[in-house]
Amino acid sequence: MAELVTLTEAVAGLVHDGDSVALEGFTHLIPFAAGHEILRQGRQNLELIRMTPDVLYDQMIGVGAARTLVFSYAGNPGVGSLHRIRDAVEHDWPRPVAVEEYSHAQMANRYAAGAAHLPCAVMRGDLHSDLIQRSGVDRVVCPFTGEALMAVPALNPDLAIIHAQEADRHGSVQLWGIPGVQKEAVLGAAHAMVTVERIVDQLEPRPGGTIIPGWVIDCVAVAPGGSRPSYAHDLSERDNDFYREWDRISRERELFTAWMDANVHDRAVTR
Amino acid sequence: MTAVQDLEAAPTTGEIQTIVAARALAGKRSCFIGVGRPSTAALLARMVHNPELVLVYESGTIGAKPLRVPLSIGDGELAHTADLVVSVPEMFNYWIGPGRIEVAFLGAAQIDRHANLNSTVIGDYEHPKTRLPGAGGAPEIAIGCPEVVVTVPHGRRTLVITDLGVLERDPADGELTLTRLHPGVIVEQVREATGWELRVAPDLALTPAPTAEELTALRELVAR
Repeated sequence: MAELVTLTEAVAGLVHDGDSVALEGFTHLIPFAAGHEILRQGRQNLELIRMTPDVLYDQMIGVGAARTLVFSYAGNPGVGSLHRIRDAVEHDWPRPVAVEEYSHAQMANRYAAGAAHLPCAVMRGDLHSDLIQRSGVDRVVCPFTGEALMAVPALNPDLAIIHAQEADRHGSVQLWGIPGVQKEAVLGAAHAMVTVERIVDQLEPRPGGTIIPGWVIDCVAVAPGGSRPSYAHDLSERDNDFYREWDRISRERELFTAWMDANVHDRAVTR
Repeated sequence: MTAVQDLEAAPTTGEIQTIVAARALAGKRSCFIGVGRPSTAALLARMVHNPELVLVYESGTIGAKPLRVPLSIGDGELAHTADLVVSVPEMFNYWIGPGRIEVAFLGAAQIDRHANLNSTVIGDYEHPKTRLPGAGGAPEIAIGCPEVVVTVPHGRRTLVITDLGVLERDPADGELTLTRLHPGVIVEQVREATGWELRVAPDLALTPAPTAEELTALRELVAR
């Protein structure tokens, strides 16, 4: 059964310097509030894992909280570059960050293998891509058909953090809308933390909804609006204007730093 | 993008690119849609050529029917209007990998004369001049989908639609060859905008000009 705690307590108890942490949510339900709390508590040297780093990891890498980024698509969807991640990779500012990159299918299968507690997943892939030498994938031969396949290593982070619409008082959570890889991330990680929009007496299963029982989650914290400027299906809209505006805010180091000070570091309550 | 545009104005090169891409979806059952201009072309195809076209986005939304061009591939309208919404592992392992999605519309930062796509880095990998977003879903989509259409600004395997013309692979050696010019474009312009010595098909054709219906529908869509 998951413990119901405050966001401050959840981050203080579960996030340590140097941890590998996956804050997941595919465009939808990105756990911004939790990420910002990690920055306010000054966690350092993290290995940050996400399929689509998005504005959240642009912010976390932009302030220098990460040593490594594991990802598959580091862009601002429909807008352009993530300028802070580019600055870190191209110019080591504010600190060098190592990158480990995969394709979406490789990352998704790494999470699925992690959830299954298997050492690897097997898939069809481009065995001739230049990137194969750069990432931890390898070839295997199917013992039944002889087909050459791609093997990708399981992903088992120290901690998975996700945002969901609701939880009950036992810390079981339900999310609906685009499900991404959140269930796989939670089941593959050593520990799991969930932020939610609200606590309800009883979860009412929704069509297409994903329910994760409280007994595979360490703790749940209420964080209304905790995915903004991403969104929570049926409860809020993606703030596309902010995603466009981020392109301007994040281009210059000074403007970025001032924005982070005003909107993340100096705020007891997250956006 | 939201300003209402003059419906009488001559088509821009970008509009022609989108219109030509939409035509490639006539008669197709399903289309996988990458970020950006591919989305506009696919929505236009549903308006003008193919109202039953199944739109698939890598966020897991299958059969999405957005009224407006989404900014991201995971906008809420896609999930709200989809026939089904699946997880990322399911999308790649059950739907894209087995070839269930007929056409893939992909964008890319760079394409070479053999139609290899680059969305990783420009320059040395360890010390890149430009760090690009990364592969995303493209590698497995390009392998899984039977047909791939790439839209890039001119500056897979079957068809590359740019804002100046259309390139197709030469059956003899696979090299991308200019096979069609958009209205108002001359070969010299395309040569100048191409990073290799461009091969031009002997039977170079002209893209039929956008029809009034196509242009009006596109401008109405973009202005929504």
